Amino acid sequence: MRLSKFWRQLPLDLMILPGLAFVLIFSYGPMAGLVMAFQNYKPTKGILGSEWVGLDNYVTVFQYPDTKQMIYNTVFIAVMKIVAGLVVPITAALLLNEVRRRGIKRSIQTMIYLPHFLSWVILGGILIEILSPSTGIVNSFLSSLGIEPIYFLGDNRWFPYVLVISDVWKEFGFATIVYLAALTGINPSLYEAAVVDGASRWKQTLHITLPGIRPIIVLLAVLSLGNILNAGFDQVFNLYSPQVYQSGDIIDTFVYRMGLANAQYSFATAIGLFKSAISFVLISGAYYLAYRFANYRIF
Amino acid sequence: MPRRKSPSAVLFAGFNYTFLIGMALLCLAPLVHVLAVSFSASSAVTAGRVTFWPVRFTLESYRFVAEKPAFIHSVLISVERAFIGTLVNMLLTILIAFPLSKESQAFSRRNFYTWIFVFSMLFSGGLIPWYMVIKGMGLLDSLWALILPGAVPVFNVILLLNFFRGLPKELEESAFMDGAGYWRTLWRIYVPLSTPSLATLTLFALVGHWNSWFDGIILMGTPDHYPLSSYLQTMVVQMDIKSMIGSDLAALQQISDQTAKAAQIFLGALPILLVYPFLQRYFISGMTLGSVKE
Repeated sequence: MRLSKFWRQLPLDLMILPGLAFVLIFSYGPMAGLVMAFQNYKPTKGILGSEWVGLDNYVTVFQYPDTKQMIYNTVFIAVMKIVAGLVVPITAALLLNEVRRRGIKRSIQTMIYLPHFLSWVILGGILIEILSPSTGIVNSFLSSLGIEPIYFLGDNRWFPYVLVISDVWKEFGFATIVYLAALTGINPSLYEAAVVDGASRWKQTLHITLPGIRPIIVLLAVLSLGNILNAGFDQVFNLYSPQVYQSGDIIDTFVYRMGLANAQYSFATAIGLFKSAISFVLISGAYYLAYRFANYRIF
Repeated sequence: MPRRKSPSAVLFAGFNYTFLIGMALLCLAPLVHVLAVSFSASSAVTAGRVTFWPVRFTLESYRFVAEKPAFIHSVLISVERAFIGTLVNMLLTILIAFPLSKESQAFSRRNFYTWIFVFSMLFSGGLIPWYMVIKGMGLLDSLWALILPGAVPVFNVILLLNFFRGLPKELEESAFMDGAGYWRTLWRIYVPLSTPSLATLTLFALVGHWNSWFDGIILMGTPDHYPLSSYLQTMVVQMDIKSMIGSDLAALQQISDQTAKAAQIFLGALPILLVYPFLQRYFISGMTLGSVKE
């Protein structure tokens, strides 16, 4: 008895079915809902009954005075995070790699990637506490040095940098582990040969270690390009206030305030689609480049 | 590797150890400070005398939090959500990863399904349509709103399917010879062989559910239904931001319960700190699950 190929494979389809249903409803459903971006959506009329307005929402979006600043903030914060997110972990990994005592190396690793697993609600609560201009420990330390208290979370000159530094605090340990894992893959005989040739530790780092992890650096750098419009909603939402909208309001927080707080559904969806579309191009492009040049495949 | 002990090497090692240990301590310092605040007397905190060790040790703040019904209630919701949510996540992850780990010769529709799942990671409808769909499904204000929309963690599916692919094909072939079907092969052979990976993914899912706060805030109609992270977001973070822009009087009131806030922040982080040793053990293996393929 031989069943046809289709019937033999049917159990596999059945396994996928429940998960597929959830993805179709909760991921593809909202994609269909994107037509709202081209409508004047009224909750009472629903998606089918709302008036079609074409690109009018985009005209409104790009005439809105804050739009330009918000896009600028998003890209500015995201690019700084991407650069810091490459430089700091690579440096930390190279330095950790020189630590010969396993116990110390392991303890340091354990300590630096703990914040990665805590949410921005927890870390936001902690940052608000320590950065407070009146009672925060950071400012009481600064004032002991004779520096005037700095309103880190309420001053537009400081806010974007607080975002970048605190993002490094949360994520650099995690990324460091990725680079360290790549470092252990380097053939030890290369170092032995270099020592025979009289290469110093610095020369070894320059000519063996760095080239050894270059593929993974390139890979992570390329993939991070997909994040140019992701300045980190969770973080910004938990740290910002109206005082720092000028320097800290990003696309995602703006969409949230417009769409859910002010009920400007179509307006917010239009901005959301703008972001999703550009991000899609960037992410797909990044994966394509990673595939072409690093032979990286996600599945 | 032979170690050379030139003066410059010793100097570098000294600098390197100091720098790295200093950096590691700096990473933990904010957490330690908040912990110290939570165990200190309110007046000492307001006076700015607390650094990294409790001043006039007291459990007052924890007693205050323990007597807050809203806090306890949100913890229970979080536990329920994390438990059911993780169960749903893991079941679906296993059920999707297994068929997708087959070659397209063995499962003709594999590539079609894979692209459906991967595309959902690359493109999204954005916040507003997402909210509308959940509202349209009638899920608002129910626990299922926090579980079903994220029921399929696509990234975890990819990690697990890559792991499944690494298992020898002969295992499945011999199972088929012995008369097992796909279901039995999955539960009796693939699942038991991947317990370390499944443990990693379970921990990731648990941590993800425990840390999620935004969905609670926008999908739960009343604060009574908030999970802990959402509760902390509104009670600790939002209140503080409001107090920063509000009147001095409001700010003063906020400061007086600084210790209670610190206690709540610490309690919110506690479950993560407790599973952290396990996370760490499986961490590297979990991360190399989805590494570069030939």
